[in-house]
Amino acid sequence: MRNIFLIIRRYFNFLFFLLLQIVSLYLLFSYNKYHQSAFLEVAHEVTGSIGGKYNNITYYFNLKKTNEDLVRANEKLLNQLTQQYTGADTSVVIKTDSLEIDSATGQFRKYIWRAAKVVNNTVSLPNNTLTIERGENQGVKRDMGVVGPDGVVGTVISTSANYAVVMSMLHRQHRVSSKLKKTGETGVVIWDGVDPAYVIMNNIPKSVQVAVGDSVVTSNYTVRFPPGILVGTVAEVIDDKSSNFYSLKLKTATNFYNIEYVMVVENQMKDEQTSLEAATKIND
Amino acid sequence: MLKNALRYILFILVQVYVLFQIPPLHRFVVPYLYFLYILWLPFNMSRTNLLIVSFFYGLTLDAFTQTPGLHAAACTLIGYLRSFLISILIPQEGADQNYRSPSFTSMGWAPYATYVAVLTLVHNTYLVFLEILGVGSFLYFLGKVLATSGISLLLILVTELLFARKERFRTNTA
Repeated sequence: MRNIFLIIRRYFNFLFFLLLQIVSLYLLFSYNKYHQSAFLEVAHEVTGSIGGKYNNITYYFNLKKTNEDLVRANEKLLNQLTQQYTGADTSVVIKTDSLEIDSATGQFRKYIWRAAKVVNNTVSLPNNTLTIERGENQGVKRDMGVVGPDGVVGTVISTSANYAVVMSMLHRQHRVSSKLKKTGETGVVIWDGVDPAYVIMNNIPKSVQVAVGDSVVTSNYTVRFPPGILVGTVAEVIDDKSSNFYSLKLKTATNFYNIEYVMVVENQMKDEQTSLEAATKIND
Repeated sequence: MLKNALRYILFILVQVYVLFQIPPLHRFVVPYLYFLYILWLPFNMSRTNLLIVSFFYGLTLDAFTQTPGLHAAACTLIGYLRSFLISILIPQEGADQNYRSPSFTSMGWAPYATYVAVLTLVHNTYLVFLEILGVGSFLYFLGKVLATSGISLLLILVTELLFARKERFRTNTA
């Protein structure tokens, strides 16, 4: 017994070093599985508020760019207004009610969009995240989709009271089901960790006509994003000789270097859809 | 003590809000400078304290980059190896008592350069290894380690030249 204590005293520093290494590695590898710990909740509040102060300064320099983005977003929205469409019969007016359920027409709201300011952003790491200044108190929950003025940005992975951390498309665990806008073939878009300007779309059969410049949009199969949001444009068609599928290299629609504002999309039907799917799986 | 606390905050802020904001020149190049704080810690800290400070220092940076444990692991490694390297490289008897912290003046040019180079390489190797675990190829690993270490050494040289630390010879009477 005495010898054990002697050994511990003798090698205390080494054992302490090992202990700290184990703690670090445990934190590192358990976090990759989306674990949420108390440490991170606190850390998000602190780093988020420092990031907010820093952002106040850089925000000023990006005002011009932000303005242009807003003008473009406005333009896009104006084009979608019902007033911009006319039918052959001018006595018919189509109106979409924005209330939750309209018993007369049976229309109901499926997606809610919430604007959020980006206060922290990385692009150079192997797994990149953004912090946005909107949290549980403002209605942001985990697994909601995040869309920028130009296209898909990422998915919310953890939230605190006033901040949320978003796994950007430039994260190795990020997956989004997408389709070719022209022909409708679906595939999964992932990031290979090489270049922040490009993502990879797999599983496109070689029978499909793909050309450089084709648009890729979110598909109907994703519950996080509304269908038809731009993911990117085809930059290169990689012909894998050993399989019947193309890999497409996509130029991301979003420029991750200068994101200022994003929209968090809530799918109100998500719980219904996922619980039905889960129940069906159990019954199998 | 106060000086070290200020350095702690400054190094973290510079790393997060200056160096991490630089648009990447190449996928290999990530400018790391923050660990210079650990190399500059005074000689007379006990090994246990050195480990504790290194661990929390790394964890602070991790809070900003959303990678809990990544930088903490690399920092504790160099915090642990630091004392061994110093005891090997210290040129004359008692230099670690006559001066406060490792620098060109206290250790001499060659030993200090070796000390910085070895710890930089160890830190970046371990960091890149943990980052790409399971995905990257060996060439990617090697390229990234060499490129980040080169950039780190350059940044450290610039820092040492710009912010010369006053290292007074400490006498017994003082």
